[in-house]
Amino acid sequence: MEMKLTLGPLLYYWSREDTLAFYAEAVDWPVDVVYLGETVCSRRHLLRLPDWLEVAARLRDAGKTVVLSTQTLIESESDLKALRKIVSTTEFAVEANEFGAVRLCAEAGVPFVAGPALNVYSPDTLALLGEAGAMRWLPPVEMPHAMLQAMTVPQGMATELFAYGRLPLAFSARCFTARHYNLQKDDCQFRCIEHPDGLDLKTREGEAFLTLNGIQTQSARIYTLAHRMAEAHDLGVTHLRLSPQARHMGRVVAVFDALRQETLAPMAAATQLQKWIPGEPCDGYWLGRPGLDYAPGESLI
Amino acid sequence: MSGSLLSEAKPLLELICPAGSLPALKAAVDQGADGVYLGLKDNTNARNFAGLNFDAKALAEGIRYAQTRGRKVLMALNTYPQPQTLQRWHAAVDTAAELGVNAIILADPGLMAYARKVHPELRLHLSVQGSATSYEAIAFYRERFAIQRAVLPRVLSLAQVENVIRNTPVEIELFGFGGLCVMVEGRCLLSSYACGDSPNTFGACSPGHAVRWQQTPEGMETRLNGILIDRYADHEKAGYPTLCKGRFAVQGETYYALEEPTSLNSMAMLPEMLKMGIAAIKIEGRQRSPAYVAQVTQVWRAAIDAVKRNAEAFQIQPNWTAQLTKVSEGSMHTLGAYNRPWK
Repeated sequence: MEMKLTLGPLLYYWSREDTLAFYAEAVDWPVDVVYLGETVCSRRHLLRLPDWLEVAARLRDAGKTVVLSTQTLIESESDLKALRKIVSTTEFAVEANEFGAVRLCAEAGVPFVAGPALNVYSPDTLALLGEAGAMRWLPPVEMPHAMLQAMTVPQGMATELFAYGRLPLAFSARCFTARHYNLQKDDCQFRCIEHPDGLDLKTREGEAFLTLNGIQTQSARIYTLAHRMAEAHDLGVTHLRLSPQARHMGRVVAVFDALRQETLAPMAAATQLQKWIPGEPCDGYWLGRPGLDYAPGESLI
Repeated sequence: MSGSLLSEAKPLLELICPAGSLPALKAAVDQGADGVYLGLKDNTNARNFAGLNFDAKALAEGIRYAQTRGRKVLMALNTYPQPQTLQRWHAAVDTAAELGVNAIILADPGLMAYARKVHPELRLHLSVQGSATSYEAIAFYRERFAIQRAVLPRVLSLAQVENVIRNTPVEIELFGFGGLCVMVEGRCLLSSYACGDSPNTFGACSPGHAVRWQQTPEGMETRLNGILIDRYADHEKAGYPTLCKGRFAVQGETYYALEEPTSLNSMAMLPEMLKMGIAAIKIEGRQRSPAYVAQVTQVWRAAIDAVKRNAEAFQIQPNWTAQLTKVSEGSMHTLGAYNRPWK
C-alpha cells in the first residue's frame, strides 16, 4: 500500500544523550519523514536550533525528509524570535503549529505542513491554507473518518494522519508537571526529564485517564490506527504520523512498515503492537466515538 | 490636511457582558453593559447548552432592546464549521448580518473569508477560541479578513498582553471575570476524549448528557461518561464534573492535578489595563442566570467608571468584592495568568 510513514516531533523532554541516541537509531528506521524541534515548552533547552539542524542534516543524508516543527503555544517575544529563526532556516520545510507560524511561512514563501493544532475542520479553511503555502495538513486528532471523508482537500495537498501515540489533547499556560512537584513554572527544575513518557494521571478509582507532559495534557491511552491503515489509505491519506515514545519505537515503526508492505495482516499488527505500546490502545476518535474507546472489530469499509 | 490622520477614537475598557437569554441581555443592558455577546440555539457557538441562547425572534428583540439604548450586540459564531454542516455556519453569519448585530465573533478562518466576501460591511472579531496568543497570529487574521478586535486566550501575563498591544492595530479584548479555563481556549480536546463532544465542534465541554451524580458509601461521585471525575466527602460541596477541575491521582497523590475550581477576577488590574489601552473587558457566563449577569454587570460598571474617573485613586470597594464573591464559582478569586506567581 502506498503510504509514507512520518516520525512526529518528540513531545517529551529527554536528556541530550537520549535524544541524540533516539535520532541516531531513527536513521535506520523505515520512516520517510522526520519532524524535529521542540513543540511543547520553550523552557526546554537541551537541544537548541543548531543542534536540531545537525540532527536534521544526518537524517537528510540518510535519505529522510526533515521538517522543522514550531512551538504550539507562543507567549513571549523570545518565542517569536525562535519561531522566526526556524522559518528563516530555509533548508527544511516547517510544520506550522499556530497561525503566527502560518503567517511567517506564507510571507517568506516557505512551504509548510499545517499542524494538527491549527483546528482545520472546514474545507474553506484548508483551501486558505493551501493558498498560503501548505503542502500537507494534519486534521485535528479528534476528526472522525466520516468528517475526513467529507473534506475537500485542495489539489496537490497531501493529508497526514496522527496514527500512533498518546494523543496531544490540550495545552495550557500552566505546567502540570511543575504543579505536581509544587514548583513554580519558572523554577520547574525541568522535572519532566524524569518522565520520558509523561506522568500518569489516574482517576480516584485507579483508571489510567490522562498523561501530564509539562504544559501539555495527553491521553493515557495510545491512539493507534495500525489496524485501520487501509481505511485511511482509501480516504486519500498519504502519510501516517507515529509519535515518539521512550522505548521500542523502532519496533512500532517496523509493525507499521510491515502493514504498508502488506506482509502483516491488520489484526495481527494490532496484536503485535500490544507488546510494544506503553499503555492500553484506543481508536475511538476515528470512529466518531469518545477518543478513549477502542473498538478494533468495528469496520468502516 | 487629509482626514485619514484623524483616526477614530479607539474604544477603551468597554464592558462586554454575557447573554444566554433575553432576560439576561436586558439585565446586562439595564445595569450598564456597553455590549452583550450571545449565540444561536445550536452548535455554532461555544455555549451550546439546552435551554440557552437565542432563536431569530429573540435575537431581533435583543438587538432592538440593546441598540435603541446605544449598546452593542456581538454574536458568537465561535465553533469550527465542519464539512457536512458548513451551511449552518454560513446561515448563522447571514442571520447576524440581516438582523444587524454590531459584530460577529469568529474562530475559523474559512468562516471569516465567507463573512468578508458575502457581508463586507460586517465587523469581525477574533474569538478566544481562535487561540491567537501573539501579534503575528493576530496579523494573519487582520491582513486576510480585516478583523478589528481579538479576544486573547487567558494564558498571557499582563506584560505579554501589553507587548501584543504595542505590536498590533487590532483592538484587544480581555477576559475580566468568570469561570476560568486552565487550558488554552480552542486547544483542548479533553471533553471529546472522554465523552465524544468537544468545544471546537459541539460547542460544549463536559456536556450535561454525559454527567452522572451518584451517592455512594464513599461519598458523592461525579462521573463523565462513566469516568470518575471527583468524589466528595459529606462536608464537601460537590461541583459540576468539568473534566479539568476534578481530583485525580498522580504518583499516588490525589489532588486537583490540573486546576482548582476557582474563578477569574482581574478587577485589581483595571488601572494597568486602562493604561495599556485594553479595548474591552469580557465577563464570562452565558450559562449563568439573569440575576448573576445583573449583579456582575452592576459591579463591573461601577469599577470601570471609577477607574476611568481617576485611575490613580482606584480602589476596589469592599461591597463590590462581597457581591462578586457571593456569585462566584468555588467562591475563590484569582488573577489567573495576568499575574503569575508561577511565571
